[in-house]
Amino acid sequence: MAEYQTHEHDVLVIGAGGAGLRAAIEASAAGVSVGLICKSLLGKAHTVMAEGGVAAALANVDERDGWQVHFADTMRGGQYVNNWRMAELHAKEAPGGVHELEAWGALFDRTSDGRILQRHFGGHKYPRLAHVGDRTGLEMIRTLQDHAIHRGITVYMEHTILTLLEDGERVVGAFGYDSERGFFHLFHARAVVLTTGGIGRAYKITSNSWEYTGDGQALAYHAGAELVDMEFVQFHPTGMVWPPSVCGILVTEGVRGEGGVLRNKEGRRFMFDDIPELYRQQTADSEEEGWRYTQGDRDARRPPELLTRDHVARCIVREIKAGRGSPHGGVYLDISWIKGKLPSAAERIKKKLPSMYHQFKQLADIDITAEPMEVGPTTHYMMGGVRVDAESQMSTTPGLFAAGECAAGLHGANRLGGNSLSDLLVFGKRAGAYAARFATAHGFGQVRTDQVETAARRALAAFDGDGRPGGAESPYRVQHDLQELMQNRVGIVRREDEMVHARDGIARLRERATRVRVEGNRQYNAGWHTALVLDNLLTVSEAITCAALERRESRGAHFREDHPGKDASAGAFNLVVRKGPDDEMQVRRQPIPEMRPDLKRIVEEMK
Amino acid sequence: MPTATFRIWRGDITGGKFCDYRTDVAEGMVVLDAIHRVQAEQVPDLAVRWNCKAGKCGSCSAEVNGMPRLMCMTRMNQLPIDAPITVEPMRAFPLIKDLVTDVSSNYRAKQRITPFKPRPPDAADGTWRMAQEDVDRIQEFRKCIECFLCQDVCHVLREHRLHEQFIGPRLLVHVAALEMHPLDIESRAEELRTVHGVGYCNITKCCTKVCPESITITDNAIIPLKERVVDECYDPLTKLFRIFRPARAPEAPG
Ligand SMILES: Cc1cc2nc3c(=O)[nH]c(=O)nc-3n(C[C@H](O)[C@H](O)[C@H](O)COP(=O)(O)OP(=O)(O)OC[C@H]3O[C@@H](n4cnc5c(N)ncnc54)[C@H](O)[C@@H]3O)c2cc1C
Ligand code: SF4
Ligand code: SF4
Ligand code: FES
Repeated sequence: MAEYQTHEHDVLVIGAGGAGLRAAIEASAAGVSVGLICKSLLGKAHTVMAEGGVAAALANVDERDGWQVHFADTMRGGQYVNNWRMAELHAKEAPGGVHELEAWGALFDRTSDGRILQRHFGGHKYPRLAHVGDRTGLEMIRTLQDHAIHRGITVYMEHTILTLLEDGERVVGAFGYDSERGFFHLFHARAVVLTTGGIGRAYKITSNSWEYTGDGQALAYHAGAELVDMEFVQFHPTGMVWPPSVCGILVTEGVRGEGGVLRNKEGRRFMFDDIPELYRQQTADSEEEGWRYTQGDRDARRPPELLTRDHVARCIVREIKAGRGSPHGGVYLDISWIKGKLPSAAERIKKKLPSMYHQFKQLADIDITAEPMEVGPTTHYMMGGVRVDAESQMSTTPGLFAAGECAAGLHGANRLGGNSLSDLLVFGKRAGAYAARFATAHGFGQVRTDQVETAARRALAAFDGDGRPGGAESPYRVQHDLQELMQNRVGIVRREDEMVHARDGIARLRERATRVRVEGNRQYNAGWHTALVLDNLLTVSEAITCAALERRESRGAHFREDHPGKDASAGAFNLVVRKGPDDEMQVRRQPIPEMRPDLKRIVEEMK
Repeated sequence: MPTATFRIWRGDITGGKFCDYRTDVAEGMVVLDAIHRVQAEQVPDLAVRWNCKAGKCGSCSAEVNGMPRLMCMTRMNQLPIDAPITVEPMRAFPLIKDLVTDVSSNYRAKQRITPFKPRPPDAADGTWRMAQEDVDRIQEFRKCIECFLCQDVCHVLREHRLHEQFIGPRLLVHVAALEMHPLDIESRAEELRTVHGVGYCNITKCCTKVCPESITITDNAIIPLKERVVDECYDPLTKLFRIFRPARAPEAPG
């Protein structure tokens, strides 16, 4: 019999980033008891790293903005496979979410008349990102965290959930361990909200920390819930490439928003060479016009550096492959050139992009006010995830909700910068509210002890083998090999034969994972923790690969070298991944429901 | 490739010792990379906290060659590698294991601080107007990444272990951010003195010296707070004035 401690909450929120904190606050405001779990300390989740800003059509800087424009931009960015109802709710409710943060103490940069200032970002027609320098995520998570700790929410820091507990169809709790002692914990709940973030650690080069191993997606999948859009992984165009130890660390899009330009080693602004049809009308004709846009000229159109991330990332890959890259395999991102345009350029850069200045100075010995940066694509964000109902954020499994990066639908084939932080606010709040409602209407379900026993036994197998054949695989090795495989075979540019190879590779890694052994005891054991996430990483990697194989076209973040064009018929469905009756992974085409006529009209008008 | 010896503290509450590990040092490497390399190749169960690897989350605090540092922002080329590099946990906090300490007292201390409460909205749509200068004034405090390195060096916590009596520099920065927030209408002067122990600080400025965010903790946060305590709690006129001020929000914060 496994030993564990039992905790009971009406609503259990798994993940304490922006989405989780927002959900927990909302659920507790509804009067139910809330437990909030995170793998790290409170306030260290990914949200803290967000730099650029939070997108909301406040129309403070340009009064032509409004939810309709934000909606149309989000749909265009997502190449029209988004869940349009989510895109509508998001565009309408994001401004409220930002104002709520202000009421809880967040301080954003201001306009001259004292309102919240907004900045330009890729794919957004008007300046739309509320921000605080380039540390918006810190402002946001700290505000939510400081608000949440006074709401009577029970926080479990450094606890990791290993499996969801089911009672028939319904999810009734979760089972996991604490890092400090390695003890097991059973969380019994009437409703469970997944807010576990992304999957970046499935790839070798990523802006994501160790936490982002696709836990929520895998937990939901194993609990019978459906995943959707798993083929859409966002590679951010600008990650650091040098020195090797910082490879992948993000360079915010804010650099380009403030006037930064991309050049190849010949000094050419190569982004002007390929402007997609969908964006031609909105893109500057000349460098001159682009510069005016970044300086707030409302009649100018945006420079091509601010096209969507998928496109910019592919252009960078093209330059590198053609031998026009920088010495360390990237391209140049230059903000220092604005010295020629603005007398106080260096001061302005330090004021607007302080943490970028700091980051390059300290980690790469580069002064970005004086010299260009070297950048290249990095795995950044997961558009795909748990398939949810737009209004309630409930998954296809009753009692199980999901919000934030681990849920899917809002962003379609490509997320616009800034739309994630707003996603967290809007759908975190909804998930919390509806989970509380579900909890009020349903009792505590029955926890099956056999499920708990199995989970506990599997968790300890890395120490004792659990009767499986021995062998000394290192968890770090298996994780590393998977990252390499996904990076090389299911990356920015994809091909059928490579992905078939990857799928076989994943199967082999799965077998190796059963032979993983770890040393030491259960106390704060990093090796053990790494062993325990392998299954999640393998599950999401397989889902990404299967969906990417099935989408035989190129759309948004998903680019197929063997099907380089967009296929209108493929724009009519999403790919849904679920666990079949024999535990096999199934992929199915789910037709996208017809868009409401009024929304269709908005999309047409804004084309 | 050059190699370096890392003298890493290994142990838990029952005791511990320094152990030496040799590892390669590549160009541009930071101390956290070296720790990870040792973990992946030699000591798989080595306990260390980290998240962002870019000085943004404040997870990887430790003492490197006796200096409180973020390991992810400490470049190997800033350290002499001809002698062993010592890496040990923050000593002001109870040890959990290896480089990981129990920093939960900081979270408890924050819970005791009266939370933010804004003045009524300035505009009919429920929003506020603020000047950029007012926002800028406290940006410095809001940059805090909660690395707790300042807490680590503060003698009140480190030597005297008064974690439950004194909230420490980090939380004083937090109170300063609240007190100087352009919208906040609470006063925390009384609790600073009676609950948060601001009087324990004798302005040694050790905290300011180690802050990776370069927050001028002592001069800009603590000293103004001390002045406010003197003004509000001891100045008889202010005190009198306080008595006649309408009672504040009855639903006292938790
Ligand atoms: C460097 C960087 C910059 C970014 N900049 C921007 C930006 O400017 N604008 C923007 O909109 N977006 C930005 N993003 C994206 C955005 O920050 C993230 O998508 C968003 O913060 C995700 O929030 P979340 O609440 O969904 O999850 P996260 O903040 O990622 O939090 C996930 C939480 O789940 C917990 N968790 C995970 N698995 C488990 C488990 N098994 N058990 C228990 N807990 C678990 C983690 O511990 C963590 O607390 C950026 C991302 C990065 C990495
Ligand atoms: S100045 Fe005060 S808070 Fe800072 S280290 Fe010295 S005693 Fe501690
Ligand atoms: S004030 Fe500075 S040293 Fe102290 S916790 Fe904040 S960032 Fe760290
Ligand atoms: S890992 Fe985030 S500050 Fe070092």
